[in-house]
Amino acid sequence: MSLFQIDFGGQKEHKVIGIDLGTTNSLAAFMDLTGPTVIPDPQGEVIVPSVVSIPEKGEPIVGHAAVERLITHPERTIFSVKRLMGRGVGDVQDELKLFPFHIAPDSDTVIHLELGGKKFTPPAVSALVLRQLKQNAKDFFGEPIEHAVITVPAYFNDAQRQATKDAGRIAGIQVMRLVNEPTAAALAYGLDKRQNGVVAVYDLGGGTFDISILKLHDGIFEVLATNGDTHLGGDDIDNLLMRIALEDIASEWGVDLSSDAGAVQRVRRAVIEAKHALSTAMAAVIEVHHDGKSYRRELPRELFEKLIAPVIDRTLTPCRDCMKDAGVTPDEIDEVVLVGGSTRIPLVRQAVRNLFKAEPHTELNPDEVVALGAAVQAGILSGHVPDKLLLDVTPLSLGIETMGGIVSKLIHRNSTIPASAAETFTTAVDGQSNVLIHVVQGEREMVRDCRSLARFDLKGIDPLPAGMAKIQVKFLIDANGILNVSAKDLRTGKEQTIEVKPSYGLTDEQVEAIVLESFEKAEEDFSERQLREVRVEADRILNAVDKAKGDDAYMDLSDEERAGVDQAIAELILAYHGSDHNLIHNKMDGLNQATLKLAELMMNTAVQGLMKGTKIDA
Amino acid sequence: MEAPPSGYYEIFGIEKKLALDVEGLQRRFYERSREWHPDRHARASAEQREFAEQATATLNDAWRVLRDPVARAEYFLTAAGVKTDAKKTPPDLLEEVFELNMALEEARDGDTGAKSQVAAALVRFTAMLESLDADRGALFLRIDLGDAAAIPALRALLDKRKYLQNLVRDARATME
Repeated sequence: MSLFQIDFGGQKEHKVIGIDLGTTNSLAAFMDLTGPTVIPDPQGEVIVPSVVSIPEKGEPIVGHAAVERLITHPERTIFSVKRLMGRGVGDVQDELKLFPFHIAPDSDTVIHLELGGKKFTPPAVSALVLRQLKQNAKDFFGEPIEHAVITVPAYFNDAQRQATKDAGRIAGIQVMRLVNEPTAAALAYGLDKRQNGVVAVYDLGGGTFDISILKLHDGIFEVLATNGDTHLGGDDIDNLLMRIALEDIASEWGVDLSSDAGAVQRVRRAVIEAKHALSTAMAAVIEVHHDGKSYRRELPRELFEKLIAPVIDRTLTPCRDCMKDAGVTPDEIDEVVLVGGSTRIPLVRQAVRNLFKAEPHTELNPDEVVALGAAVQAGILSGHVPDKLLLDVTPLSLGIETMGGIVSKLIHRNSTIPASAAETFTTAVDGQSNVLIHVVQGEREMVRDCRSLARFDLKGIDPLPAGMAKIQVKFLIDANGILNVSAKDLRTGKEQTIEVKPSYGLTDEQVEAIVLESFEKAEEDFSERQLREVRVEADRILNAVDKAKGDDAYMDLSDEERAGVDQAIAELILAYHGSDHNLIHNKMDGLNQATLKLAELMMNTAVQGLMKGTKIDA
Repeated sequence: MEAPPSGYYEIFGIEKKLALDVEGLQRRFYERSREWHPDRHARASAEQREFAEQATATLNDAWRVLRDPVARAEYFLTAAGVKTDAKKTPPDLLEEVFELNMALEEARDGDTGAKSQVAAALVRFTAMLESLDADRGALFLRIDLGDAAAIPALRALLDKRKYLQNLVRDARATME
């Protein structure tokens, strides 16, 4: 190849951003020459609360504006949807007691939230948050952003990861990589400066808890083990305080507020404020005003700590198990990193200090550190960070169901990903044409105690005597932690057809349907925006012409010319109140034509004035 | 583009030896990860990305197996077509295992004397496991030098080790 054939400009490099799609808050960041930086919205706000409200009419409301509607429109406003990602209705009974929104009946494999007669899946709701972040990034860079790295809790299972990826697809984002949140945090801290060492990342967020232990080796971040609880976080502390406040209120006022969704949100906000205050103050007040009544309760930190101690204790067992799996003792851990808003709680810091016998890192904002790490990973994928590499693990063992409902493990937890395993299957009866493989995730021996992941149906096997067919199935957990299955007929060497039935989550077709629907919606949205924009333009012109009518030059026009201007104005106003943005454009052009002479006269006057002025000044 | 090798020694590009320098293997693992990891090829063609994923998956699987001497030996023997027979009680253990089972039964019935008998047996079996691990290295070297007679010896050692491990685990579970 000659030098000139090398294509320097052909492949314009697309920007890749990092997104922390959190239970409570979401944000995006990007990598520039100085390092990872957060992306603000046009108002300068970095955080987009992960709250979505569906109004009676118009587009969904996302973020800060939606937070207000938690109180005014609780039955139409969704929060903490991350807790529902990749889950069935049977998994989330505890959450549902606290959620004011309704769940549609057909929610066994995918939860459907019912809001104002419309149904939304958790990935579709998350997609609205992602779309907002995407829009913020577009406003910030002045160009559309379509590629992102999205973070997930390290302990997310296959279905939860897939649901996150689906959300990206629905939002029109190409998800370059799913990265585990604690690993991202380690990247953000740039702890590889110390070259070698062992780091523990303790990540207590709004709804999930993760612990990861990593080994650093000249820029390689190798995860040794990870553990956690996808149902443990700041939300649990809020719920604990809420129960107390609601009971107090019931006995003080004689009113049970728990069925009044708006009031419950008011109480939620009050306890969260108190919780935040207690991270720095020795006492806080839970204060609720509702229906002309007031509730006030003093909460000393000591009592708060006594109340939340059981929640924090629940994080310690995963930490110990993780150290055991990583084969390290607390003394061998060189650094500890704290991630997630809940790690601001002094008792949490104390617990971490006691367990790891090390002073935890808190230099970076725990709300931002995950997004910053995602941006570093985006930089790695774009080839801008050549010296760093992340080697992550799968948090849960993968197995298949065998005789008697027993699990045969194929890939063990804490295996570095991508990881693979191959297994050969055959038929049990003569002429059998398909084989069904049930894949599960979890550490227990029995299928019923593990999480069903999917059923893979090997179809179209050549009819042969029992045991003659040999189908080799390859299970591969990719770098996103998501399972891919392929199969080959060892006799013929041909690819074997597989039909996948996910146990939880959307099928590919369902995601596609949502994507299509949102494209149609996007088109509607687009023409609405075009209309809005052209009206703003028309307003500007009408105002300008109105002003010009007061100018001397207007009187220099002939009667005919003045009538022409008035006619053009009337036509534009008529079009303005319609919904055809092209017509408005036409009429704007018409008005411009009708006022050409006027504009010319005004310009001349202005120039003459300017020349006179020059003379005077000189 | 050719598919990456699926053999564990081949993916590392090393000789099929049982005695391995694990530190050297780790260095090679990091080197090849830097070269092949999918994160390094995110913007490459679909074909290259497929290669990166397959190669890295095999590399990771291989590192997991080859760094552990027991898993490595199992992989080596399976590849050589040597069958395992770990369920059978090794003949030289028959008597001791019989006594342990008797003691376990009595211990379950609350016999404290039997309990200390079980504890003593556990100490003996654990020591046996350690001496098996010490013998393993010599067999590795013999096989690497082409001594075919050492292959069944290694198979027997691994089977005995697995048997003892299960025995110790079950006895501990009963005692708890």
